[in-house]
Amino acid sequence: MISIFPSLLNGVVITLKLLVSSMFFGLLIGMLFAILRINKNPIINKFAYGYSYFFRGTPLLVQLYLIYYGLANIEFLRNSFFWAIIREPYWCAIIAFSLNTGAYTSEILRSAFQTIKEGYIEAAQSLGVTKMITFYRIQIPIAIKQSLPAYGNEIILMLKGTSLASVITIMDLMGEARKVNVLTFKPFEAFITAGIIYLFLTFIIHNIVKYLEKKYGFQT
Amino acid sequence: MNKIIKFGLGIIISLFLILSANAGSIKIGTEGAYPPWNSKDASGKLIGFEVELANALCEIMKHNCTIVEQDWDGMIPALTSKKFDAIMAGMSITEERMKTINFSQGYADEVASLAVMKGSSIENMDTPEGINLNLGGSDVEKALKTLTSSLSGKTVCTQIGTIHQNFLESGDVGKVNLKTYKTQDEVNLDLTNGRCDVALAAAVAFTDYAEKSGEAVVLTGPTFSGGAFGNGVGVGIRKGDSKLLNDFNAAIDKARDDGIISKLATKWFGFDASM
Repeated sequence: MISIFPSLLNGVVITLKLLVSSMFFGLLIGMLFAILRINKNPIINKFAYGYSYFFRGTPLLVQLYLIYYGLANIEFLRNSFFWAIIREPYWCAIIAFSLNTGAYTSEILRSAFQTIKEGYIEAAQSLGVTKMITFYRIQIPIAIKQSLPAYGNEIILMLKGTSLASVITIMDLMGEARKVNVLTFKPFEAFITAGIIYLFLTFIIHNIVKYLEKKYGFQT
Repeated sequence: MNKIIKFGLGIIISLFLILSANAGSIKIGTEGAYPPWNSKDASGKLIGFEVELANALCEIMKHNCTIVEQDWDGMIPALTSKKFDAIMAGMSITEERMKTINFSQGYADEVASLAVMKGSSIENMDTPEGINLNLGGSDVEKALKTLTSSLSGKTVCTQIGTIHQNFLESGDVGKVNLKTYKTQDEVNLDLTNGRCDVALAAAVAFTDYAEKSGEAVVLTGPTFSGGAFGNGVGVGIRKGDSKLLNDFNAAIDKARDDGIISKLATKWFGFDASM
């Protein structure tokens, strides 16, 4: 069990890279779509809803296969400059993971926006603060604070989601564990070690989020 | 009274059925994704050389057999954890695997080959038609040298946990940029998509795919045997299960003598791959 540790640690680096990049792009996508979701224009609103409906309603594995094998099957894309990106399994994984977590993040932020008490906004308006400033200085900070616990869960879910990257040839933690399995024919050792490492990563993320919640979240 | 007799009879009959079903009943694991060795038809039924051979061997052994599907990368662990009793999945007999399981005598052998898309820069390599790594010699060395320089900088794809992966990692062809996949189907897909410059597998796996998909996949370089490529394909059996091992060996002898193996091999491979 000790001897398989170094190769698994190589995998941990890839897993963390995948997680950090997807959470970064996912957060940008999520913020954008949350703002589109609370827009009053029905077309913009429906479009944003459609996006989150699709990515929350289909398995991540399907999305990954669709992007990795599906897009690569389209002749036109293979001949365009997109191919430089789609060719790499690493970027395919990041696209799939970002779009997936972006959909969940947009829903988390949307519900946070919608639960902001009308009173705050009315108070700001009665003091003559413009709508724009109310949005940036009052609504967004409150929404972020309110969504911290749910967002922490989303990070942990995404960490576990990254294990799917191994099916498109990426040697992340899960990929390395599978390699150990086929080399040694000892699935229990390989996967229990990977499981413990995932658990440890979850433990760290959980504590970081808890700390942030304490510092910035609402005191109840 | 009548009711009790009926009830008792019912129990006896069902017990008899359960016991008779278990007597001489074995499960054989296969992958179902490595044509023509084993694959699935459009309705999801397992077909292929090994499926038909397994049924023929079971008939000879007078065993009741069920053939079950198992992912390649979990094949040996599934055997050792008694999910089934024998492997017939195009699995080559190698020393590495013999540390964990036993093999029957080989029933078929088939060479490995590299494949590329038509028009690739390494479509024509200056190598002999086939090399046997057990023989060695200057011809083999020269061929390996040519391969090393041809493959350098290329993305080489293969299925995980195979003799082909072992060969590519052995250093015989230098250090290649290796990508491993769960199934051969996925290797084929990424070869046609252009993510793989070249792939390594059983030669028939490529010719079968080229024929069925109509894609311009062509074989290149020499065919490989010996060394990391093992000594033919045999039935994998748990260590300690010596009775079943003997049964299979005897059945393979009989099937070979009766010409069953070579008939089935010719049917599925297009040539006599039996041994």
